Amino acid sequence: MTTTAFKEPVRQAPSGVAARASRRPGRLRRLSLPYLLLLPALLLELLVHLVPMVIGVVMSFKELTQFYIRDWGTAPWSGLGNYQVSVDFDAPVGEALLHSFLVTVGFTLLSVGLCWLIGTAAAVFMQDTFRGRGLLRALFLVPYALPVYTAVITWVFMFQHDNGLVNHVLHDQLHLTDKPSFWLIGDNSFYALLTVSVWKGWPFAFLIVTAGLQNIPRELYEAAALDGAGTWQRIRRITLPSLRPVNQVLVLVLFLWTFNDFNTPYVLFGKSAPEAADLVSVHIYQSSFVTWNFGTGSAMSVLLLLFLLVVTGGYLLLTSRGRRAADV
Amino acid sequence: MAPARSFLWLRRVFLTLLAGFVLVPVYVMVSSSLKPLADVTGEFRWLPSGLTVRPYIDIWSTVPLARYFVNSLIVAGAATVCSVVIAVFAAYAVSRHDFRGKRVFTVTVLSTQMFPGILFLLPLFLLYVNIGNATGIALFGSRGGLILTYLTFSLPFSIWMLIGYFDSVPRDLDEAALVDGCGPLKALLRIVVPAASPGIVAVAVYSFMTAWGEVLFASVMTNDTTRTLAVGLQAYSTLNDVYWNQIMAASLVVSVPVVAGFLLLQRYLVAGLTAGAVK
Repeated sequence: MTTTAFKEPVRQAPSGVAARASRRPGRLRRLSLPYLLLLPALLLELLVHLVPMVIGVVMSFKELTQFYIRDWGTAPWSGLGNYQVSVDFDAPVGEALLHSFLVTVGFTLLSVGLCWLIGTAAAVFMQDTFRGRGLLRALFLVPYALPVYTAVITWVFMFQHDNGLVNHVLHDQLHLTDKPSFWLIGDNSFYALLTVSVWKGWPFAFLIVTAGLQNIPRELYEAAALDGAGTWQRIRRITLPSLRPVNQVLVLVLFLWTFNDFNTPYVLFGKSAPEAADLVSVHIYQSSFVTWNFGTGSAMSVLLLLFLLVVTGGYLLLTSRGRRAADV
Repeated sequence: MAPARSFLWLRRVFLTLLAGFVLVPVYVMVSSSLKPLADVTGEFRWLPSGLTVRPYIDIWSTVPLARYFVNSLIVAGAATVCSVVIAVFAAYAVSRHDFRGKRVFTVTVLSTQMFPGILFLLPLFLLYVNIGNATGIALFGSRGGLILTYLTFSLPFSIWMLIGYFDSVPRDLDEAALVDGCGPLKALLRIVVPAASPGIVAVAVYSFMTAWGEVLFASVMTNDTTRTLAVGLQAYSTLNDVYWNQIMAASLVVSVPVVAGFLLLQRYLVAGLTAGAVK
């Protein structure tokens, strides 16, 4: 759709540019300049994102197993077959996908909620200056700055059954468990994944909320203080409502990142995650690259994208309506 | 007006606990990297039985870490430079020119951010293989293919951030340069780029971090000679003996450049994120 818009000849230039350009030679060059400047970015996005996406959609209608991968164009069409398999929740493939989807939704909601909560609390607590604030701020940004695989590998070490810190503290030191637990397999893996995801993700919320706090006018607080509002009242009545526009962007971005996250579960669990922590992205990876069923994997990817589009669209609609309602 | 006592009390408790949560893995990374092997294979110990720098020497021979390091530097460095240059041009076009399809362009580019990476991993892999077969340009398995892929990951966000930065540079400045006879590119390079340099630094930091930390595409699209750190570090843990002290030492060596760079330049990144998020 982008390309058609770009192919149309530009008949009308905006007034200022046109007036100046028409007085000089090289008007055409001037008018095509923005397109030339955009061309590299556009070509790259087309090549690496949009064309593969179209190929992915085509693949989802094909019976694409490892036999056809060399020349995937020759793979037989399967119509909606891959989609039927993916959403047949009574059969193993569909059932596993549904399970993985529900796990991902639960995980994402919890992770985003905790990241937002911790990030906001930290930002609000660090709004005023106090001794050691700069140092603490730098420390808080370390999880965000660490490459994901080094951070997650460290957590893998901490979650080890025999020589990990987590079991050492919970079992040997605090005696909270009867015997050392397994964290990277079985039901506990969900909490392990959640812990790592929150540890890695909350500083981003902290960064964005801190930025949002700087835009709240001081006078609002001063006026509230004159009216006799206490610290907590000021936070509830001024700080949190003022953060609403920032939060709308933040929550959406956190949601998309967490929902699509592949790196964290992949480094934490390897190619196939335990059932309790089987996130959709790893599940699709496993369906495609481990069991070699690329057609089904593609269909699952397309379903995932449709879900994300609906959620994002609905969210944007809701928040913009909310904003309009607030304006009235 | 002084904050309430309950606020101060809660602040102290909360920030202390949070600092602990953040610090524990960092402490484990640093302390384990200085432990002898016996300390990391047996029961966990908070303090090493004896400090040793042995892991820092051994990491280079257990796996070809130096090669992975160089690969990562080349890939992340090249992806950053290309991404920044391309983003500067695109953001300049959007910020300074009105043209047909402007909204379509920004929406299309930004929406690529929401695609799950897994969605185009296999198609991209097939595309690269096909381009390779048709033209002889080796994209799959090469550093070039990875550079190409990574630079598009940070591009949408970079363009978005730079539009905000360029908008904050007064239009009068580069219009004056145009009147004085500068070409538009000269006006961009002489006036707009220097004025928006903090934003450009922020975008560069972000691009580098994205490329340095990516795992999925690196694990599918590299071979033995082009492997990056993201995949290379996993090599320590698939061996029969898991040298946790070496893994931690290697993790630190890999992390220190990015973390130091980030902390030095975070002011710019935060300002850039603000410009993007608050608008």
